[in-house]
Amino acid sequence: MEFDTIAAISTPLGEGAIAIVRLSGTNAISIANKVFRSPNGKDLFTQASHTIHYGHLVDPKKDEVVEEVMLSLMKGPKTFTREDVVEINCHGGLVTVNRVLQLILINGARLAEPGEFTKRAFLNGRIDLSQAEAVMDLIRAKTDKAMNVALGQMDGRLSRLIKSLRQALLETLAQVEVNIDYPEYDDVEEMTLPLMIEKSTWVRDEIDKLLLTSSQGKILREGLSTAIIGRPNVGKSSLLNSLIQENKAIVTDIAGTTRDIIEEYVNVRGVPLKLVDTAGIRETEDIVERIGVEKSRQVLNEADLILLVLNNAEQLTEEDRRLFKTIEDMDSIIIINKTDLPTEIDVDEVKQLAGNKRVVTTSLLKEEGVDELEEAIASLFFEGTIEASDLTYVSNARHISLLHLSKSTITDAIEAAQSDVPVDMIQIDVTRTWEILGEIIGDTVEESLIDQLFAQFCLGK
Amino acid sequence: MPNFEAGKFDVIVVGAGHAGVEAALAAAKMGAKTLVLTINLDMIAFMPCNPSIGGPAKGIVVREIDALGGAMGKVIDKTHIQMRMLNTGKGPAVRALRAQADKVLYQNEMKRLLEEQENLTIHQAVVEELLVEDEKVIGLVTQVGAIYRAETVIITTGTFLRGEIIIGDLKYSSGPNNQQPSIKLADSIRELGFELVRFKTGTPPRVNSKTVDYSKTEIQPGDDVPRAFSYETTEFIMDQLPCWLTYTSETTHQIINENLHLSPMYSGMIKGTGPRYCPSIEDKVVRFNDKPRHQIFLEPEGRNTREVYVQGLSTSLPEHVQRRLIASVPGLENAEMMRAGYAIEYDAIVPTQLWPTLETKKIKNLYTAGQINGTSGYEEAAGQGLMAGINAALRVLKKDEIVLSRSDAYIGVLIDDLVTKGTNEPYRLLTSRAEYRLLLRHDNADLRLLEIGFQIGLVPQERYEKFLGKKQRIEDELSRLRNLMIKPNETTQALIRSVEGSELKDGIRAADLLKRTEMNYDLVGQLVPSEIELTLEEKEQVEIQVKYEGYIEKSLQQVEKLKKMEDKKIPDQIDYNAISGIATEAKQKLKQVRPLSIAQASRISGVNPADISILLIYIEQGKIAKITG
Repeated sequence: MEFDTIAAISTPLGEGAIAIVRLSGTNAISIANKVFRSPNGKDLFTQASHTIHYGHLVDPKKDEVVEEVMLSLMKGPKTFTREDVVEINCHGGLVTVNRVLQLILINGARLAEPGEFTKRAFLNGRIDLSQAEAVMDLIRAKTDKAMNVALGQMDGRLSRLIKSLRQALLETLAQVEVNIDYPEYDDVEEMTLPLMIEKSTWVRDEIDKLLLTSSQGKILREGLSTAIIGRPNVGKSSLLNSLIQENKAIVTDIAGTTRDIIEEYVNVRGVPLKLVDTAGIRETEDIVERIGVEKSRQVLNEADLILLVLNNAEQLTEEDRRLFKTIEDMDSIIIINKTDLPTEIDVDEVKQLAGNKRVVTTSLLKEEGVDELEEAIASLFFEGTIEASDLTYVSNARHISLLHLSKSTITDAIEAAQSDVPVDMIQIDVTRTWEILGEIIGDTVEESLIDQLFAQFCLGK
Repeated sequence: MPNFEAGKFDVIVVGAGHAGVEAALAAAKMGAKTLVLTINLDMIAFMPCNPSIGGPAKGIVVREIDALGGAMGKVIDKTHIQMRMLNTGKGPAVRALRAQADKVLYQNEMKRLLEEQENLTIHQAVVEELLVEDEKVIGLVTQVGAIYRAETVIITTGTFLRGEIIIGDLKYSSGPNNQQPSIKLADSIRELGFELVRFKTGTPPRVNSKTVDYSKTEIQPGDDVPRAFSYETTEFIMDQLPCWLTYTSETTHQIINENLHLSPMYSGMIKGTGPRYCPSIEDKVVRFNDKPRHQIFLEPEGRNTREVYVQGLSTSLPEHVQRRLIASVPGLENAEMMRAGYAIEYDAIVPTQLWPTLETKKIKNLYTAGQINGTSGYEEAAGQGLMAGINAALRVLKKDEIVLSRSDAYIGVLIDDLVTKGTNEPYRLLTSRAEYRLLLRHDNADLRLLEIGFQIGLVPQERYEKFLGKKQRIEDELSRLRNLMIKPNETTQALIRSVEGSELKDGIRAADLLKRTEMNYDLVGQLVPSEIELTLEEKEQVEIQVKYEGYIEKSLQQVEKLKKMEDKKIPDQIDYNAISGIATEAKQKLKQVRPLSIAQASRISGVNPADISILLIYIEQGKIAKITG
């Protein structure tokens, strides 16, 4: 446990154009080597220490380029931790850097615990005695915080799902154990290989589904995809700017030349939003004019939340009504902007068209009503009105890497069962899967299996 | 009564049950002048409950005891009435031997071993008080005032310590099977400041074989191939007695339900915690009321007795109810009850008060082993007894103590669980308690432990050399198979076809061919015969090591990690109060258990990884301070 290879994002999230993912440990270089491709096919093992290399990170399983990076290679002991260290400099931005980290974790590193780099530096004699106390405080503080954050982030559904998977595994394990420890007891169904395959396959499929939600990832990892729509000049960009100003942008993904949509990440009262702005296409066409056009429909269809902006100083138009129609079945908030101007809009009709959708009035010019809007967004999310059918259950890199690990161990179990390996050996992989899933939800009850054994079966001899 | 000096010994063992006899034999064999005291000489190695030794996990313990030079395996090999290999349809890691014992023969054989052992004195006496000076045990006093001085004392009192038998509403002070209990010793232990808990266990009634109608039961014969626990056994008992299987009936369950109010378990009379893995019949019927019937095994208690143990009918209901219960079981309608079942409550010490050597933390040179440590089972007791005996003798000989790790032996798992986690109920070994069970197999106990047995002087030179030969032959054969190529010629393909395997496309290493599910050592041997004829055991060993190489490798990697953590020792004088970052609950647990290594600390429930990190840093800091200061 002490000297396995750990990895973490070493730069603060959302600041700067560059982010660094750092690896430290015995396998740091070999893990980097697995995913790093330089234009001239360099082998990192043959490179000198303290050198920098340009190249791409490639997902070796899919053979797919993940990111363009600069990679610093530092061999121990002349490093921060005195172990081999690799630092991967990638583009800043939550999504990018998370992808890089995930790739590293899937390929054999373990996510560093809070303060772990510092701890290693200490244990390897890099830090002097006077700093020891500080390191201990750091670990305590960070662990508590990380635990709170982890608990806060944990979607109740995720934890329920993981628990149900673990329970299924536990029942399988208990059955295997009972077969072993009480071979003569006749009321216990024998855990046969086909049964083992069936139960393990179910678990693997469920893990797959979870991983799928993570790769489609929206909430928490990428944010709740939010589209701002409305006719020209109703105040869409003011709304965008105001949300960004009020809330520190987590990530700014500068629109590249190939992009036509700007995505802004903001955190509104704990709800991460990916604001899908029409800024990029604003210059050529307004979104309203593009309703009906495939592209814009797609933006709307992919959105988890719609903010429809109306102009208080003008009467409702056919276009407004058409927009209402379009968002009929979607989670949305109606914003009547420009309350600093005389009211021309038919508020009753707006309320009627809105149905049970929340209507908020603002004057973005005077910075009025933004609080109420934010409150509306937060309550929509936290009260679960936003249906999470396609929302991400699995959001953080730690969870994802553990899920990948559990998938690989349960797959080992299935494959072993298919090649007629005895059940009690396969059980090693099933137990491991159960433990890994337990790490996700922080459940480490040791006696669980034995308790299950005695609760489930009537035993004697 | 005036006290008198009765002698001076290196090691005194209090109690001669399964823990006591192993402790005494080991200590004496290692050269310590040893005394074993027992309340009743006729109770040496007595089996108060089921007449059987071995089974899953437990059977492996018996083999481990044998590899370390203990007695249990050899004695049961000579005195069983039946032997079976269990789990033969499963993987090699969980195979286990179980023997039905002839109780009297077993006792007699064990008693004779003790009597013949050099350096060992046996005496019948009731020990009443431990003599302690400066937190160090120096001897003990018996009921008749005899003072025995000793360098070390091992207490193995089983269920005798303040034992109480309960049948229905009848409760009386007693050891097992109506033996004299040990009351004053319990007081002495408590006065020394040890924390005691109250546990409970039970036993079923016995019936007379001549009154059993076996035609209504199913026969359960022993294996018809020679089996033995000890690696040294060469004479096998092939004349075996069968056991018989029957079931409870609807009437049985009805009688229990109607008489539950008479059960001391439910009336609140029994306060001790009983084992979940060995429930009474009333417990089974209440907790699993949807089950229409439960198995009942009829097990002969020996060759020279008609007494039959009614396994599965453990109960503490009043005797009149027990009689009706027996009559309700098919085959037992007219059975005569010879002894009633009963529950027994007894004192056990909280085992986290022990070091992994089984020496108490509070009183130096005092060891405890067996049921007093909260376990149940003859094998668990014997394993502990052996280790306590070894460590007490090593103390006397001023040599380093021996602790088996969780990856060495089931005995290591057992003792580590006890001293690290404690137990809330009588502890039984289960295969699921061993995280490295693939390494802790029935077949390789000698490969794991015999070297240790030899080093400490329990395994004689001759046996050791024989073992080295076996080890060498296995290694040679493994290396031969791993290097030898098998060509895809017609002989090879024909053999593969004959077992419905898929034909070779290319040459293959012999070991890789052996890995195939349909292959075994003898088949591969037909293609590439070995020059030396290996024994069955050696062949089995080669086959297992080749076939399950991948899994074994995985386990070994885990063990490597464990070893690293075990190498990180925690200094004994560590002051947990001085470590600011450790959570309060973890601090309390650490202070109580006083783990010897980081690995052990991390197994304590309530001590989380952050606490371990902080502990590590604190210890490293201490090292630096020592170097710089």
